[in-house]
Amino acid sequence: MTSAAHDVPPAVSADPFPLLPPADTPLTIVRRLFSRMVTLCWVELRKIRHDRTELYTRAIQPALWLLIYGEVFTRIHAIPTPQHIPYLAYLAPGILAQSALFIAIFYGIQIIWERDAGVLTKLMVTPTPRAALITGKAFAAGVRSVVQAVAVLILSALLGVTLTDNPLKLLGAAAVVVLGSAFFSCLSMTIAGIALSRDRLMGIGQAITMPLFFSSSALYPEKIMPGWLQAISKCNPLSYQVDALRGLLIGTPAHLGLDLLVLVIATVLAISASAALLPRLAR
Amino acid sequence: MTGQPEASVATAAAGPAETGRSAVVCSGLTYRFGTHTAVDHVDLRIEPGETFGLLGPNGAGKTTTIRMLTTLLKPMEGNVSVLGIDAAEQPMRVRRMIGYVPQMLSADATLTGRENVELFARLFDVPRSVRRQRVEDALAAMGLTEPAGRQVKTYSGGMIRRLELAQALVNSPRLLVLDEPTVGLDPIARTDVWEFIARLRESADMTVLMTTHYMDEADTYCDRIALMHAGSIRATGTPGLLKAMLGEHATLDDVFRHYTGGTLDDTEKGGIRDVRRARRTARRLG
Repeated sequence: MTSAAHDVPPAVSADPFPLLPPADTPLTIVRRLFSRMVTLCWVELRKIRHDRTELYTRAIQPALWLLIYGEVFTRIHAIPTPQHIPYLAYLAPGILAQSALFIAIFYGIQIIWERDAGVLTKLMVTPTPRAALITGKAFAAGVRSVVQAVAVLILSALLGVTLTDNPLKLLGAAAVVVLGSAFFSCLSMTIAGIALSRDRLMGIGQAITMPLFFSSSALYPEKIMPGWLQAISKCNPLSYQVDALRGLLIGTPAHLGLDLLVLVIATVLAISASAALLPRLAR
Repeated sequence: MTGQPEASVATAAAGPAETGRSAVVCSGLTYRFGTHTAVDHVDLRIEPGETFGLLGPNGAGKTTTIRMLTTLLKPMEGNVSVLGIDAAEQPMRVRRMIGYVPQMLSADATLTGRENVELFARLFDVPRSVRRQRVEDALAAMGLTEPAGRQVKTYSGGMIRRLELAQALVNSPRLLVLDEPTVGLDPIARTDVWEFIARLRESADMTVLMTTHYMDEADTYCDRIALMHAGSIRATGTPGLLKAMLGEHATLDDVFRHYTGGTLDDTEKGGIRDVRRARRTARRLG
């Protein structure tokens, strides 16, 4: 059976028992994972194309943070920034991360909707391992966040923030946004697997977004936080995401290696957790 | 099941029993929810090429049986295999051979019909070189070429069901599993969907397993049926033979009453509940 290297069952023939699909090899498993990521990102892009209103409505909040909060706090010079960059420039990557967080943290609602509509069951009967399904969805959330991030970046540039024009750094920032969203969307899907209802997930999502946001370095540097908050911030993946984004986009000193390592490990853990809980949703 | 007169009929399909590769074999298949035994030592054999109906009222265990067959649940006892491959041991291989249409009307309403089918072509690893053609073929086979570019939220219930069939067919499955394919559809849409399934049966060489509690549909469209009640199979055979055993003018309803002890009223009640649920789904989708 392993000698037949087909990936696809052959077409039905007159033979009552034509070749059965071959058993999986490690290569097919890896290929399948990447194929599912591409597929689910493709679906996400199609959805964004069909309905752009969410893109616009979700741009309102970051715009307010930058326009009102950002402008005011830039004027009063209340928050010390590294290398004395304008506060608005310091804030922009934080707001970028925040808007990605807001998208990702409610991403689990989609999986609950799919479960209620019977779509999840159908997806799980395709040759898609649970972890591949979750990973695909996590990166689809990342794709949506990147599209949103472009809007925030354009807005920041219009407000006079000097951003990097190095395409590699911009690509790196996109990768960081994807990783952060992948983590938070898996966190959301994990909660979905526990809460099992849209309303409860909404409640929990609302309850944790602001604490996640305020306990990170998105709005202010860690060093001006009280000690206990610094400790929490050190455990908050959002802080690492913001640190990396600042380093890449604004050029402030950052610990890129550590940031990426934390984000990758957190994402892998979150994917495992939500994949383990997926059968609860499909029951 | 033991003690019940079992009517088994040799199928027209050429000698599958010799090779031991039936399309589906369940042996001693059992699943419990807490103390409730939903599926109780079910033995079943479906031969390649036949259209097999699993009949029974709601709660008979049909859907749970299907869920074990489609690898969504692991059997607690016994096993189920598709073309000789055990569903619990090699779920990925089994999934690659089956097309599944669940009870609920379920397509992504925000995508177009074509995108819905392409999604499943990708999820079944249909090679890129033939993907577009396969998607168009599946849509055409279900009469959806014209509305394929529209978002599914504009589709009627019958169209969504046909779209789901197209999704299941895009991989040219060896076994098509339909869970209550016409629940929640109005009579015209029901006939319409059945016509497409029947046409499909003529053109493609595949096995179809479906559950239903519409006796008339099973009578018309199934080669063989199994009556399921309270988790076990009460009788198996061709509709004609099962009816003949009860007398000249017996209907499948009579057969059903005979084996399940007159619970047809429950069936009706369940049926209506199901219809309501499917209607809700339809509304949400559109």
